[in-house]
Amino acid sequence: MSNTTTERPTKDLAPKPDSGGTASSEFVLRLRSRMQQLMALASLVVLVIIFGLINPLFLTPNNLSDILLSTVVIGLLALGATFVIITGGIDLSVGTGMSLTSVMVGVTLTYLGLPLAVGVLAGVLAGAVMGLVNGLLVSYLRIPSFIATLAMMMVAQGLALVISGTKPIYFNETPGFSNLALGKSIPGLIIPNAVFIFFIAAVIAGVILSKTLIGRYTYSIGSNEQATALSGINVRRWKMWIYTLAGSFTGLAGVIIASRLNSAQPGQGAGYELQAIAAVVIGGTSLQGGKGSIAGTVIGALIMSVLTSGLRIINVPQEWQSVAIGCVILLAVYVDMLRRKDTSEGK
Amino acid sequence: MENLLLEVDGVNKSFPGVRALADMQLTVRHGEVLALVGENGAGKSTLMKLLSGIYAPDSGSFRFDGSNVDITGPKIAQELGISIIHQEFNLMQDLTVAQNIYIGREPMLGPFINDAALNRQASALFEKIGVNLDPAQKVGELTVARQQMVEIAKALSFDAKLLILDEPTAALNDSEVATLHAIIRRFITDETAAIYISHRMDELKAISDRITVIRDGEYVDTLDTEQTTMPEVISRMVGRKVAAQIQMKPVPKLGEVRLSVRDLSTKALLKDVGFDLRRGEILGFAGLMGAGRTEVARAIVGADRISAGTITLDGAGVKISNPATAAELGIGYLSEDRKHLGLMLEADISQNIMLSTLGKLNKFGFMQDKMLNYIAGEQIQRLRIKTPSMHQAAKNLSGGNQQKIVIAKWLVKDCDVLIFDEPTRGIDVGAKEEIYDLLDELAASGKSIIMISSELPEVLRMSHRIAVMSEGRITGFLERHEATQEKIMDLATRSNRGAVSV
Repeated sequence: MSNTTTERPTKDLAPKPDSGGTASSEFVLRLRSRMQQLMALASLVVLVIIFGLINPLFLTPNNLSDILLSTVVIGLLALGATFVIITGGIDLSVGTGMSLTSVMVGVTLTYLGLPLAVGVLAGVLAGAVMGLVNGLLVSYLRIPSFIATLAMMMVAQGLALVISGTKPIYFNETPGFSNLALGKSIPGLIIPNAVFIFFIAAVIAGVILSKTLIGRYTYSIGSNEQATALSGINVRRWKMWIYTLAGSFTGLAGVIIASRLNSAQPGQGAGYELQAIAAVVIGGTSLQGGKGSIAGTVIGALIMSVLTSGLRIINVPQEWQSVAIGCVILLAVYVDMLRRKDTSEGK
Repeated sequence: MENLLLEVDGVNKSFPGVRALADMQLTVRHGEVLALVGENGAGKSTLMKLLSGIYAPDSGSFRFDGSNVDITGPKIAQELGISIIHQEFNLMQDLTVAQNIYIGREPMLGPFINDAALNRQASALFEKIGVNLDPAQKVGELTVARQQMVEIAKALSFDAKLLILDEPTAALNDSEVATLHAIIRRFITDETAAIYISHRMDELKAISDRITVIRDGEYVDTLDTEQTTMPEVISRMVGRKVAAQIQMKPVPKLGEVRLSVRDLSTKALLKDVGFDLRRGEILGFAGLMGAGRTEVARAIVGADRISAGTITLDGAGVKISNPATAAELGIGYLSEDRKHLGLMLEADISQNIMLSTLGKLNKFGFMQDKMLNYIAGEQIQRLRIKTPSMHQAAKNLSGGNQQKIVIAKWLVKDCDVLIFDEPTRGIDVGAKEEIYDLLDELAASGKSIIMISSELPEVLRMSHRIAVMSEGRITGFLERHEATQEKIMDLATRSNRGAVSV
């Protein structure tokens, strides 16, 4: 450069960060970004302790195992919903979609008499196909996810009823099927298989979300879809796969619930989608997209079932349980908003 | 022929109703920083968007590094080695620094992203270009200045030959600007060059080798930075011809002070803003983008929270906590963003005009359609809104007529203080005249008007008095008879960063 006078101050300024105590403040920042999860975890622990103090029956191994089992289905649905919600979308089709996939399992095993493994695969695949259709509608036809998945919710409900002839399909011919969820593979433990399946699924979902391209782009799209596209990412195609992935978790939930009830109940899934979304939100995933984690979702799902079980065990009438859970959702979202305001104004 | 990295020749670009670039030319030599200056709307950003492949030119040629190129998309620009840092950041707030920079180019380890390698790659890049960033920190946690560094690092990670920076220092303080300049200097070699767009004259002196001035979409001149002075640059930016055309009407006799603002400050930008507005006065607010003009308006009507300051209306102190209170007091703010903040595009004219008055004109909650339509009809006549019917949807009207609808809305509300933010933005020349006449009429009828405008000729023509802002402060007032484009530009480019740094 020709201008020598201006070169003087740059040498020492260039490599210096713009603020002082970075090491400690960065640590605080990172802690802050985990805050929502930590707080959710803390509330879960506090809830368990409170219910346990009020009624020691709450802490019996049997009850705790029941709580875990009741977390599984909502939890699986919530895993898939986490992906969609982090992209900034919403998936309303997971509840009735789950009914449809369990009916498909019934068709495969009971009507067609195919082997158990094929039935499981059929359920997961049915969910994935449903997710794929959602994804195509949202990304290529640019239908808002709320509308697209609302339509899919109704379509799936209808199809489940049509295919099953509006009657439950029982799995009495496939004796091993109910063991899939309710069997106890680990000797000496009273925890049923379904719980382990859920936690394995959660670990896989967590790895996908944090370690793979599809996970990275899930955050990226939710954070700034336009900027992601400008960075040369094929946003539409990735979105389609994200919805497909989410759908396969719905499919797995359909398999598990069918196994647990030893029947495919075509009319029972409606309403599950909102509970799944609630679990995701309680776990700190933002409906605005870009933020969230599988760990949070698992904690969120656990909080929901701990609340339900705990309120029942301390004799709160069922009507009031719903009110309580509603309030918890409001509280979780409000705390998250407060925290967010904090960090954005701190600059 | 001298050794040129970029040669732009005879480029034309029109948008519906506007000629953005006319026979534009530009040359960038290897190894130099070329400053590109011009008023708001001179065509700088359009030119940059052509270079980055976001727009396609109507005609003209681009030569890059000795061969003719056709920049048909952002990807092509990237492959050629043209990297642009836009005014608005294109970052994903929830991803880390390294994830942002290498998005779409992640190093993989089987099916997994190799985040360790990703961060190493980023660290190596930071080392090379001389910035100090933590690759693993989330971008959303960084200050604006450091986000800017991320953008620059991203741009340089593509092995750019030509780096284009569009107003890179708008949000930076002095030491951050110095850091940025150091990075730019380190980037410049015999093979590379940079185009630096800025309004800050002191920076051009510090960083650039040559200064190209454009005006109204046309090339004006290129000056050697060493040999020129800032007044020379400014006079080329504003162009004397335009200034001579304006016919000054004498300032009418003004009434008493109606609105008085003192020491108005906000956390984000404004610092000790104070002024008086009289009955019948048009007070113009001039300044460059980001100087804080819109923020003054927003602070007055309570859309932004103020951290200090008093507002006096007709001699009585008022506290305005939201725009509804402001409207109640008779202060109306007409946003620069009509389409989003001023109009219901799908609703018809009558509904738009009467929206804010519905609260008064109803009977037990039922709307009095006859009355509403009568009043709306009056306004349509008074403001000469051209429409076949008052039940036409607002979106079907021209920009000028849409603006009139917004004005009518506030007139119906009986506002005495009207704050116009860019009243003629997106409005064609003929309709502009009508809006000007309307503003004059309103002032003559006793309304007090604040007019924020980025078009200097408009400010000079309309204002009885001009407040010029720079970096959140009012740097000076100019009476109509003494105001010139040069004086305004001088005040508008006055830097007071030293004084405001926290």
